[in-house]
Amino acid sequence: MNSETQMTVDPNGSFGGMQVRSDAVINVRNRIEIRNLDFYYGAGLPKALKGINLNFPDRQVTGMIGPSGCGKSTLLRVMNRMYSLYPGQRAEGEVLLDGENLLDARVDLNELRSKVGMVFQKPTPFPMTIYENIAFGVRLHEKLSKSEMDQRVEWALSRAAIWNEVKDRLQASAMGLSGGQQQRLCIARTIAVRPEVILFDEPTSALDPISTLKIEELIDELKNEFTIAIVTHNMQQAARCADQVAFFYLGELIEVAPAAAMFTAPKHPKTQEYITGRFG
Amino acid sequence: MPTNPRTHIVTSYGDELRRLRDMIARMGGLAERQVADSVDALMRRDSVLAAEVVARDAALDGMEREVEQYCVRLLALRQPMAADLRLIIACMKISQDLERIGDYARNGAKRAIVVSQQPRMGSLNGFGRMAELVQENLKSAIDALVENDAAKADAVWANDEPIDGIYNGIFREMLTFMMEDARNITAATHLLFIAKNLERIGDHATNIAERVHFAVLGEALTDERPKADISSSAVVNPPG
Repeated sequence: MNSETQMTVDPNGSFGGMQVRSDAVINVRNRIEIRNLDFYYGAGLPKALKGINLNFPDRQVTGMIGPSGCGKSTLLRVMNRMYSLYPGQRAEGEVLLDGENLLDARVDLNELRSKVGMVFQKPTPFPMTIYENIAFGVRLHEKLSKSEMDQRVEWALSRAAIWNEVKDRLQASAMGLSGGQQQRLCIARTIAVRPEVILFDEPTSALDPISTLKIEELIDELKNEFTIAIVTHNMQQAARCADQVAFFYLGELIEVAPAAAMFTAPKHPKTQEYITGRFG
Repeated sequence: MPTNPRTHIVTSYGDELRRLRDMIARMGGLAERQVADSVDALMRRDSVLAAEVVARDAALDGMEREVEQYCVRLLALRQPMAADLRLIIACMKISQDLERIGDYARNGAKRAIVVSQQPRMGSLNGFGRMAELVQENLKSAIDALVENDAAKADAVWANDEPIDGIYNGIFREMLTFMMEDARNITAATHLLFIAKNLERIGDHATNIAERVHFAVLGEALTDERPKADISSSAVVNPPG
């Protein structure tokens, strides 16, 4: 019998191996667990995040969507304590990374940020050589020999799918790269310190469609090693990249669901209105 | 300014989705008419009307192609999500059901022409009743789509049993006619097929209801549908 014609039907009623019912996110360890998180941008200001409870499963991509001002970027900024740079900003509740509360005042922020890396909307290369862009952050956390550092730089640039484009000009300025290359360089810089979690804040909104697809392909690769959170305004991007998707509105988490369920049959009317473009 | 949450921000997209529902409604209307006329032609032995039904079927085929192209276009250009996506997929499949319903009606009309040239044989009231029920279900299923009404769709879905019941009766009746007089066999065989066609049309109406349920609520109707077609195991013994 021709093996190609053999078809197995699994008991869940799917053939072809596609998850029809969206249980993909179940049975995975949570890397980050957010518990009852409130966030204030300042005394007297209303809560920017209200009682958020959300899990980030290990080595999966969590997409965060919602209209401007809904709190999704604020949540990213809490997850690596970026808000601590600004006096008056305050978070209450728990953000547990492998069980440890990141909001604890005793947490070493440098160490935290090597565990939880962040890639921003606009590429932010340092005005240095391509090599130094990668090595700079690594030196803050580790003492490596020259050859070890060379290896690390190559590893990070390869993982970020830009090695072949820059290997012959590592000593050239990073500012000479295209926007898409600069963004991949920033991703290389983020993963060079070997984080556990990578936060992407609108990573492709300044890029052309092909560079965007390259970043999305990269995210798909990176999730084999890292836990990923991505904030995006582009719903198709969330649909393409994310395993689970969280919808935020006015500082509240309205709904979280596996991507396929979210974009075919969201439960909450507000989610439905937002993703079909019927916002009031 | 109060806004209607059901209105799409992009007006032209909203218009296109409305137009799609409209296309299905018109296609449904034509399919209903084809079913009605084919049974009418049978009962009144009207081969002119039957020939009209046969000729009109091409219009349904054309409409199905048009709906399909329109849906592919919407999928490509609008990247629909959630309820919009479900509506478009449902309409695409419903147009297939309606096209197939048209085929059954056309087939019934062709057979009606043959039957009209055969000797009369008993009453055809069962066919009239069956056609009425089938049309009711078909109309309700299409209305459910147009009105986005899952409860109406569910009612159709659960209401196919009486159609099966009449079909079983006709099946036995025709076997009896054939046993009584071999000259009945031609007409009775065609009538059997016509009854089977009507029964299948009823099943397609329940398919449409299932698709409407999914489009509206986002979950499939998975329960076992009540069915009463037992003709596949029916036996009638010859007299004597």
